[in-house]
Amino acid sequence: MADTIPVAFSVNGHEVAAQVEPRTLLVTFLREQLNLTGTHVGCDTSQCGACCVHVDGTSVKSCTMLAVQADGCDVTTIEGLGTPEDLHPMQVAFNEHHGLQCGFCTPGMIMSAVNFAKGHPDPTESEIRDWLEGNLCRCTGYHNIVASVGAGARAMAKG
Amino acid sequence: MYAFDYHKPRSLAEAAALLAEKAEGRLMAGGMTLIPTLKQRLAAPTDVIDLAGIPGLAGISVTAHEITVGAMTTHAAVAHSPEVKAKLPALAALAEGIGDPQVRHRGTIGGSISNADPAADYPAGLVGLGATVVTDRREIAADDFFTALFETALEPGEIVRQVRFPIPLAAAYAKFPNPASRYAVAGVFVARTANGVRVAVTGAGPSVFRVPEMEAALDASFTADAIAGIVVSADGLNEDPHATAAYRANLVKVMATRAVAQILEH
Amino acid sequence: MGLMAKPIRRIEDKRFITGRGLYVDDVKMQGTAVGYALRSPYAHAKILSIDTEAAKAMPGVIGIIVGAELEAEGVGHLGAAFPASMLKNRDGSNRWDGDRALLTVDCVRYVGEPVAFVVAESINAAKDAAEQIFVDYEELPALASIDEALAPGAVQIWPQAPGNIALDWEQGDAAAVAAAFAKAAHISRIELVNNRIVVNSMEPRGAAGKYDKATDSYELYVTSQGSHPISDNIAKRVLRISKDKLRVITPDVGGGFGLKMSTFAEYALVLIASKRFGVPVKWMSERTEAFQSDSHGRDLKSTAEMAFDADGRILGYRVETNANLGAYGLGFGPGIQTAVPMFVIGGVYKVPVVYNHARAVFTNTVPVEAYRGAGRPEAAYVLERLMDQAARELGLGPDELRLRNFIPAGEMPFRSAVGALIDSGDFQRNLHDCMRQADWSGFAGRRAESEKRGLLRGIGLAYYMEKTAGGAGPVEICFTPNGRVEVGVGTSGHGQGHETTFAAIVADKLGVPMELIDLNQSDSLRAPYGGGTGGSRSLWSSGNGILKAADTVIGKGRTVAAAILNVAPEDVAFEEGAFRAQGSNRFLPLLEVAAAARGGTNLPADLSAGMPDGLDSSGTHDENGDTFPNGCHICEVEIDPDTGKVSVVAYNVVDDFGFVLNPLIVAGQVHGGVVQGIGQALLENCLYEPGTAQLQSGSFMDYAMPRADDFPPIKFTYNEILCTTNPLGIKGCGEAGTVGAAPAVMNAVLDALWARGVRHVDMPMTPIRVWETLQAAKG
Repeated sequence: MADTIPVAFSVNGHEVAAQVEPRTLLVTFLREQLNLTGTHVGCDTSQCGACCVHVDGTSVKSCTMLAVQADGCDVTTIEGLGTPEDLHPMQVAFNEHHGLQCGFCTPGMIMSAVNFAKGHPDPTESEIRDWLEGNLCRCTGYHNIVASVGAGARAMAKG
Repeated sequence: MYAFDYHKPRSLAEAAALLAEKAEGRLMAGGMTLIPTLKQRLAAPTDVIDLAGIPGLAGISVTAHEITVGAMTTHAAVAHSPEVKAKLPALAALAEGIGDPQVRHRGTIGGSISNADPAADYPAGLVGLGATVVTDRREIAADDFFTALFETALEPGEIVRQVRFPIPLAAAYAKFPNPASRYAVAGVFVARTANGVRVAVTGAGPSVFRVPEMEAALDASFTADAIAGIVVSADGLNEDPHATAAYRANLVKVMATRAVAQILEH
Repeated sequence: MGLMAKPIRRIEDKRFITGRGLYVDDVKMQGTAVGYALRSPYAHAKILSIDTEAAKAMPGVIGIIVGAELEAEGVGHLGAAFPASMLKNRDGSNRWDGDRALLTVDCVRYVGEPVAFVVAESINAAKDAAEQIFVDYEELPALASIDEALAPGAVQIWPQAPGNIALDWEQGDAAAVAAAFAKAAHISRIELVNNRIVVNSMEPRGAAGKYDKATDSYELYVTSQGSHPISDNIAKRVLRISKDKLRVITPDVGGGFGLKMSTFAEYALVLIASKRFGVPVKWMSERTEAFQSDSHGRDLKSTAEMAFDADGRILGYRVETNANLGAYGLGFGPGIQTAVPMFVIGGVYKVPVVYNHARAVFTNTVPVEAYRGAGRPEAAYVLERLMDQAARELGLGPDELRLRNFIPAGEMPFRSAVGALIDSGDFQRNLHDCMRQADWSGFAGRRAESEKRGLLRGIGLAYYMEKTAGGAGPVEICFTPNGRVEVGVGTSGHGQGHETTFAAIVADKLGVPMELIDLNQSDSLRAPYGGGTGGSRSLWSSGNGILKAADTVIGKGRTVAAAILNVAPEDVAFEEGAFRAQGSNRFLPLLEVAAAARGGTNLPADLSAGMPDGLDSSGTHDENGDTFPNGCHICEVEIDPDTGKVSVVAYNVVDDFGFVLNPLIVAGQVHGGVVQGIGQALLENCLYEPGTAQLQSGSFMDYAMPRADDFPPIKFTYNEILCTTNPLGIKGCGEAGTVGAAPAVMNAVLDALWARGVRHVDMPMTPIRVWETLQAAKG
């Protein structure tokens, strides 16, 4: 048992092929094999959302997905969303509206928000708050996160 | 997590064969319950059999009288399906209320009902609508499917293929979530069908159950007042730090009343 | 430069929003092994034996450490931050903190106490091995709560603490208070429970340690609120080595809230393990592990009484508190309900006499330490609940009773009965502003509208005052050879935006562009000594220190510039980042002067000899003078009587933080603090099972963390009433939101339930508790 098995998928546009133990979580693979440490682990009950990434364009909790389940998929992490030189509009919005303090929940929050924004070009406050059920933050009281997500969604809609 | 072997069969038959072969094998659908369980070392399967590679298990089809949801269909797919929203909006709303968006993107109906968590939402929907569970070997009425706490009528090795929901005249689901887990402390699905009203409760007891007194009262008069006098017994209901049995009994009545009111509003 | 008082966007954000932050778990050290703590499943048990042989033979295991080995090696124990002399029993005897070994040897005293430390090649191998460690426990009776610990005949957790009393402390004048009560026209009395909180910073605790044989020294990356205090504890207390043999580095930290102030056993264990096994070792807490191994917050019961004269003016105030300390007095634990809040007892009111008696009680639960506000929210909670109750009993509005008793702005500075010298404040103005902002007068209409929807609406206000300051260390401003300015501080930001705020002060003062300024913090061998960040005092300490250091920089620079410009120093002006020879157009930018001073070029020999460090300067804000942030919170709730669910529908705050340096960051601090306060009042509750002291709320599945959809927007404004005792005029803002929120919410909840006959409520008002309270009131 526990032999490694091959996986191959795309991460932030780069093809990745590796041998993994079946029990390897996607988040562990991203953090430890690929050194993509922007994706965080804040709980072990699939609730905090610090580990949110996109798999085939949809936000998922990478702590609740095996790396092998991503075989053949397109994975995007916070590092693939934008760079310090070329920020994604949602990243800009979080900076502009002070939507982060310690920054630990932020990558997951942003990845979740980007997914939300695709279906909500001009969201209401309650739509944003409902969507964020799966992303916990202990610093901001959510007030400025909600403002950031709204502004980011509208900026994304403008293109 | 304990180590396990991983399999991704390409057909139901192959999956069934693997299950038969691996005595300590476990099926994985979306993994939203299995993976946290494995992470906490609360289960130690030797083999995990991932159903994601089997064609045809995911998807929604609709006829005039029935909606069929494939076992691997995600909660998000049900919630956002224009056809489900049009023909059975209560089911779409129920799916939209499961977990959080990321859980809904991965979690599936087949995984949820096979796990039969007493606080899951789908069991109320299935029983409330009188759905039929279609497996790789037979059809099981929802009323017979959920047998006890985390127990179903599935035999060893039996795999859920789809769920067929008859389209009711009207339906609604009202739940009160646990403030921490957001699972249902009590969730009540009420459906008006051609064969009468069905009231199914999740979260409150060890397994989903119907409330015959409410069904009879609502059959006689489909109004909130009709159930106002019914006393829900707390006997046998769940107890935990978030809810006593008495509180749950109260919530069953309150949620049922709200579901009825929702139906009447539309 | 005008960089202060502006909502400057944070410069540290860029790395966080792009996933380029560096938290402890992101630190990579070649060949790192995984540390894993085996923890006690029992709340109270003797350890008869520990057998690690089978576990050591498991694949991937590098080694296992147990407590007896550490004792044999003379490894020191953990303890409280307060010296014995500083915090004594009221009879003059010493308190008892318990005796906390890194790994307990013969007795476990709470569920989650570490028993063995496994080092392995992977976390899975470590957990597999931990399952093969056989610990023979003999269970003892366990104490889950204050009441169980104080019950007659209760098991004694520590023989040195009879009756399970760790500390029996008092302040004030009991006789004077008794005399005041004797002549009172009215006495109000309230008993309150302050529920136990799990801190739950989103980043759990963690540590990565490496021992270097060649230099016989250690390096520790740790999730902390200050590297120096951690270094002090580990070097001096535990490893007994010189501080320069231990480099403690605090990288990015995912929230602290008091939790990360303290030194925990695992931080020292990774170092000991690294030395013993010859590999770097990293331990990261998992969330479920955090619930049973992080220090918790709050957990106390208070009885408070206030005596009033016939006009509703306060004559005296008396508080009796029993506080759950957990099984050990660690870090700030023994001080949380005693020394820390002692200067805010009585709050913003003219209280002639005070008596406050607090006992710290041992139980078989996780040690209780600081949680945002640390004692001050608890004090404000008792006071503001009591003021509301007294107002009802006296037939006065909650605003009216407070207005009658506020210390008037005209009487500042005011020496309070507990000895606080309150420098400034205009409580009446903030109260009125907040009531206007919250449309207090329109509440009746909103209540009627809620009633139509079957909902009970309530409004509640609270007026809090905090005390912050202290922990000062030197600030260093250094000019680096590559033309940058490095600001060294003894504080240790972990989400508060210090990189931006401190850079803004330097830039404003010295005219250096913000992008050329770097913050040097929380490296025990590189950054200036200081107590870290906690207690809302970083801006007080480092911000004011920057002003002092910058003044020295300018003074030195003027001398240097004068020499180069060949004019007298008094003829050199410093403006907009340059030294200018007055009456001419000749000027030298500061950074050029700094480079010249460093190189000694073009300078008279005596001048360069007198300035060996160039313009590098340090400054310490060491002036006495606390700050007293204060403000008014008004909360409005709607309660569904059928389900018991409380919804906060409006929340208003008007604060006085003195000078507001960055309004954006200050607002963020208030929002976060308020939500933590609301969380405690309505959602969060850490439960231990009576009798067994097993943790019942052991994960996010059972412990309700505040989520975005639990809250409305928070309306925050402020009045800047400058603090008179520090140059910036600031008052600490970091904890204030938490201090004011819980009483405001609970006053609103009681207001909503009052008409249904409810006369008392305790936190947290979860749905079931609200529903049961309503059922009980029905009779």
